[in-house]
Amino acid sequence: MSGHSDEHADPAVAFESAKLGVWTFLATEVLLFGALFTAYTIFRMKYPELFRVEHAKLDRVLGAVNTVVLITSSFTVVLGVDAIKRGKARMLEVCFGATILLAAVFLCVKYVEYSAKFHHGLYPGTNLFFSLYFMMTGLHGIHVLLGMGLLSYVIVLSRRGRLSASYYTPAEMSGLYWHFVDLVWIYLFPLLYLLG
Amino acid sequence: MEAIGRPEAGGNGGGYLAERGWRSWAFTLDHKRIGAMYLWTTIFFFLVGGVFALLLRLELLSPQTRYFSNHAYNVFFTLHGSMMIFLFIIPAIPSGLGNFFIPLHLGARDVAFPRLNLASYWVFVAGFLVIIGSLVAPMDTGWTFYTPYSAKSAAAVTTLSLGLFLIGLSSILTGLNFIVTIHKLRAPGMTWHRMPLFLWSMYATSIIQVIATPVVGVTFLLLAAERLLGVGFYDPAKGGDPVLFQHFFWFYSHPVVYVMILPAMGIISEVIPVFSRKPIFGYKAIAYSSLAIAFLGFLVWGHHMFTSGMSPLANAIFSFLTFFVAVPTAVKVFNWIATLYKGSITFESPMLYALTFIFLFAVGGLTGPFLGALATNVQLHDTYFVVAHFHYTMMGGTVMGFFAGLHYWFPKMTGKMLNEKVARLAWALVFVGFNVTFFTMFIAGTRGMPRRYAEYLPKFHTENVISTIGSVVLAVGILVMCWNFFQGLRKGGPAPANPWRALSLEWKAASPPDTENFHEIPIVTEWPYGYGTPKA
Ligand code: HEM
Ligand SMILES: [Cu+2]
Repeated sequence: MSGHSDEHADPAVAFESAKLGVWTFLATEVLLFGALFTAYTIFRMKYPELFRVEHAKLDRVLGAVNTVVLITSSFTVVLGVDAIKRGKARMLEVCFGATILLAAVFLCVKYVEYSAKFHHGLYPGTNLFFSLYFMMTGLHGIHVLLGMGLLSYVIVLSRRGRLSASYYTPAEMSGLYWHFVDLVWIYLFPLLYLLG
Repeated sequence: MEAIGRPEAGGNGGGYLAERGWRSWAFTLDHKRIGAMYLWTTIFFFLVGGVFALLLRLELLSPQTRYFSNHAYNVFFTLHGSMMIFLFIIPAIPSGLGNFFIPLHLGARDVAFPRLNLASYWVFVAGFLVIIGSLVAPMDTGWTFYTPYSAKSAAAVTTLSLGLFLIGLSSILTGLNFIVTIHKLRAPGMTWHRMPLFLWSMYATSIIQVIATPVVGVTFLLLAAERLLGVGFYDPAKGGDPVLFQHFFWFYSHPVVYVMILPAMGIISEVIPVFSRKPIFGYKAIAYSSLAIAFLGFLVWGHHMFTSGMSPLANAIFSFLTFFVAVPTAVKVFNWIATLYKGSITFESPMLYALTFIFLFAVGGLTGPFLGALATNVQLHDTYFVVAHFHYTMMGGTVMGFFAGLHYWFPKMTGKMLNEKVARLAWALVFVGFNVTFFTMFIAGTRGMPRRYAEYLPKFHTENVISTIGSVVLAVGILVMCWNFFQGLRKGGPAPANPWRALSLEWKAASPPDTENFHEIPIVTEWPYGYGTPKA
């Protein structure tokens, strides 16, 4: 392994590579969700009545709360990335910490929603609408968890003094990922909760 | 490209292979070692899959089930098919030879994300371990896992789905790594139009991997959810639609046939000009046809479902589009042949396999339209005609391309020369064995022998006996080849840096290359196909 390392000789190339890499990865994520969106479209066209009746069983208020929570978390991520670009590591840690906290709030609300549905005997498999609901929000929830992991990793890096105004690639890339997670929810919310 | 083409001194006593011990492999970030590990792993699965193939052929010696039960036969062809597809042919060239040669071709020191590269290898290993774990209740669904059967079968479909999901993830990560590498790490002067064609084909392949694999990933997740939670997407009883599974499955699995074939085409585009000492004909056409194939490949999945009850209009559209993909493929074949024309051809083993590729792939390709055409497809659907067709394309095409690549690059990878006489003997056995095995399947197929049965009507007996004899010859040929590789590794003579007098950058590195590939990053001033000029 002599002399082989992750970092390229040229940091500009490394940054550009990372950026292209994350965008490509996000394209794969779009397709991952894309299949579910396709299934949603097909079944919605096939059973409009079912979807109209079932979607009303979702809690719009909780959904809206979660939407606000996630949008706020995207905002704190932006603040964090901006901070490290100006060399303020402490500020980055605070902002990303806040984001993780908001993500946790999001998951708690989801937990409340899920248990309420289970309580009323609504499971994946109850009908196609709820199958889709659980699969789509479940997959999204897993992404929220992954995002929390990524953001924590960035905080660890920052605490070790690895990030600075001249090297902030991990912060920027995990921020990009977080925006994606947010964006998916912004599509899921109207699709599942609002469209009747 | 000054020094290119001039034989340099051979390897400096081991290059990237110098370090020893399992840790130096398991934790390596060197793309060459990761590529080598992929090669070992995938070749292993090729041999295991081959054993299953021989078991199938053994059973088919007699019209009645004799050696195994019907269920065992189903398990064998599922294992044979899935292993060959998911564990061998999809990863072998991209992840094996691709990992090894993409940076060398580009004049780079490594791929863009070495750690991700190592991770994707271990994800691949995790995937196949899960798959092996699923053998407690072996699969019997065929490699396409069609619902509703796969949603209900007692086999370990859920575990298998998870394993395939991991394999898919590994494939996505590799493709992503290659895309970024090709975009960002080209040596100074290596413009897109000076890239070797192997890189173009790998670039197109990576795009397909990145776009198509997530869809099959989610398909397998949904299949698992269907079994665990009963979500009902594929279950008509719950309002779901089994054809939806087929659409998702083929949205991936048709493009994936190009993940199988494009890299092999890339190898052929490298080998043909070297051994005919002529510049490649139609460089740009070959390069862009790879992209065209990648693009069109996404539009034609429906041709696998003519008999699944789509609308007649959809059937007609898919049928038409399918003919369309043949165009860029034909462009490549014509350009290779034009390159060969009036070249000073020599028949070293890589070239023998490359020519075999063209021949067998052409047969496979020409029989494709019979299946693509709506009218005949319904007649030939699920007969041995299909089995023959896809073995001609996959094995006659991709696997021969893979063999060409292995023989071509063996000196570079190992620093040793192969015994050329033994290599040619192995080739002859493979060539004859292959045609005896699979051509007879065309005949059986047109006469109506259905696939996927352990038993058949006595009127097909002769064909099956001949085919089985052929498969033994083929197996012997492959064993001789493997033996030759081992002998070459152990006591092959030292390889010079550029035994074939080729012009692409990998031959500028030592044989075997050093860990850092190049002492100095080469500066590229022209394309790599200037054969027949005074310089080469
Ligand atoms: C080594 C020589 C090989 C022989 C003798 C052989 C033989 C066979 C036979 C007899 C079947 C059909 C079983 C049936 O439909 O009843 C079969 C199926 C299949 N083979 Fe091969 N094969 C060989 C190599 C390969 C290779 C190299 C690949 C791919 C890279 C491959 C991919 C497949 C696939 C995908 C199936 C379909 C399995 C299914 O129906 O689920 N085979 N093979
Ligand atoms: Cu197809």
